[in-house]
Amino acid sequence: MAINFDNALGVHQYSLGVRAQRAEVISSNIANANTPHYKAQDVDFASAMKAASSHQQGLSMSQTADKHFDLTALSQQHVQYRTPTQADTGDGNTVDTQKEQAAFMQNSLEYQMSLGFLEGSFSGMRKALRGD
Amino acid sequence: MSLFNILNVSGSGMSAQSVRLNTTASNIANADSVSSSVDKTYRARHPIFEAEMLKANSLQNSSPGVSVKGIVESDKPLLKEYSPDHPMADGDGFIYKPNVNVMEEMADMISASRSYQMNVQVADATKTMLQQTLRMGK
Repeated sequence: MAINFDNALGVHQYSLGVRAQRAEVISSNIANANTPHYKAQDVDFASAMKAASSHQQGLSMSQTADKHFDLTALSQQHVQYRTPTQADTGDGNTVDTQKEQAAFMQNSLEYQMSLGFLEGSFSGMRKALRGD
Repeated sequence: MSLFNILNVSGSGMSAQSVRLNTTASNIANADSVSSSVDKTYRARHPIFEAEMLKANSLQNSSPGVSVKGIVESDKPLLKEYSPDHPMADGDGFIYKPNVNVMEEMADMISASRSYQMNVQVADATKTMLQQTLRMGK
């Protein structure tokens, strides 16, 4: 059996991408913490993982007119709005900076964890190739 | 590349918060600038933030940065004071003081500097994540 990167790296290559995307969404929540009418968003991890690992990203259609639907936007449906935990403070903003900061830190640790798993797979492959 | 985009987003946040700090500094500095007419009196200024939705393309529209849409002057009533001995007093002996609420400005300043710090922390954490990604497999 030939060496298969997909099998060797498992699910971690996809989870790394989803976590990078989640970091992006949360960073934009933090940047817009004082923007009126901004609604906080987050990534639905389960559906994002499903979309990332089911190889649907290669499927794209060319848009030949302005009114054609953008399929890449449709595939981004795993980014959803957060349910606010407190009543509107007056400017329609739903960002809770403490929560976002905690979520960002947790996500960056999870990113490092995925990175660690990937590194483990790579060093395992290297060991197998060297044979020493 | 999404991780690099975070640096743009948090950079836009830092820039917006520093504009906010700037207007606060200007408001506090001019809190006691007396004038002799309503038109010439300093009015408190505040920036209005806006998410950069239009700049983002269809792939990145889930994570907009922030930009300063404009700076508006407060339309709260000015403080009119009867002080005929004041060198700036008008014909009727009135002087006009800015509508700056110093307490509000102090609270706004702390909020702006905390938000700035938060954006710096995000950029810092992202830098660490990027560096670790670059070191992968070494």
